[in-house]
Amino acid sequence: MKTTLLTLAAVTLTSAVFATPQSFDFKDPKGVNNAVFKLDAPLEAINGTASGISGIIAYDPENPATVSGKIVIDAKSLTVPNPTMQEHMHGGQWMDVEKFPEITFESTKASNVKTSGNKVTADVAGKMTIRGVTQEISAPVSFTYLKDRLGDRSMGQMQGDLLVVRANFTIRRADYGINPKAPADKVAEEIELTLSLAGAAPKK
Amino acid sequence: MKNGLRIAGGVLAVLTLAVWLGTGAHTGWTKTRVTIMKVDPITELEYPEIQDKFVAGVEVLGGGIVLSLFLLGGSLMFKSQSTK
Repeated sequence: MKTTLLTLAAVTLTSAVFATPQSFDFKDPKGVNNAVFKLDAPLEAINGTASGISGIIAYDPENPATVSGKIVIDAKSLTVPNPTMQEHMHGGQWMDVEKFPEITFESTKASNVKTSGNKVTADVAGKMTIRGVTQEISAPVSFTYLKDRLGDRSMGQMQGDLLVVRANFTIRRADYGINPKAPADKVAEEIELTLSLAGAAPKK
Repeated sequence: MKNGLRIAGGVLAVLTLAVWLGTGAHTGWTKTRVTIMKVDPITELEYPEIQDKFVAGVEVLGGGIVLSLFLLGGSLMFKSQSTK
């Protein structure tokens, strides 16, 4: 009996110590994953969205501080309601989507991790690349781990877990060479970004 | 000719105003897409759904009004036809 308990304890301890993080895929066939960008200049407010999101995040619900991964936004999916404005935005002077087709964020470190139930908040530092320019940034991110909820989302076609990621932060247009000479009264210097993402980890 | 230009100018002004008001009296530039925010029931994420819809902006309103003023102004260049 004693040996059995010791073995059980050892197995439990080993699995806890060596628990591998789950790999969540953020390519979303439902088209829910999105990034919203807002530029609020005195003369003009520009609001737009991007839906071409992919990437992988490794997340261990037992040890969320080890979170790491990369999120990619297809620059061609950047959309604004005005067609002329969108053409300009995709053009060489602004986002130059032909030359720089991807916007990426790759995490390097999570700090200030706080857990409340299945929700975790953390300051995630990483490398943000826009228009070929990479800058180190840190953003407050929330992670919500939804165990066994993939089946509900895929109409039972797949079983597994979901990870919901939310982030809201501001970057400076000039830091990434996005038409730095454009007048700030027409196009705001600061870009507010809101990411709303859900990744899936199917069970094999 | 004078009356024709006046009527055309008046109709254009009314039509422009009606289109602008009818598509939502939008005070920004013209849109050909509108974004409607929805909520995913499982993840509770808010996501945009983009729909094709014409929303006349201030350039449509301004352009229509200016053109109608040109037509009304042009009508002043013609003398009224005497009915005698």
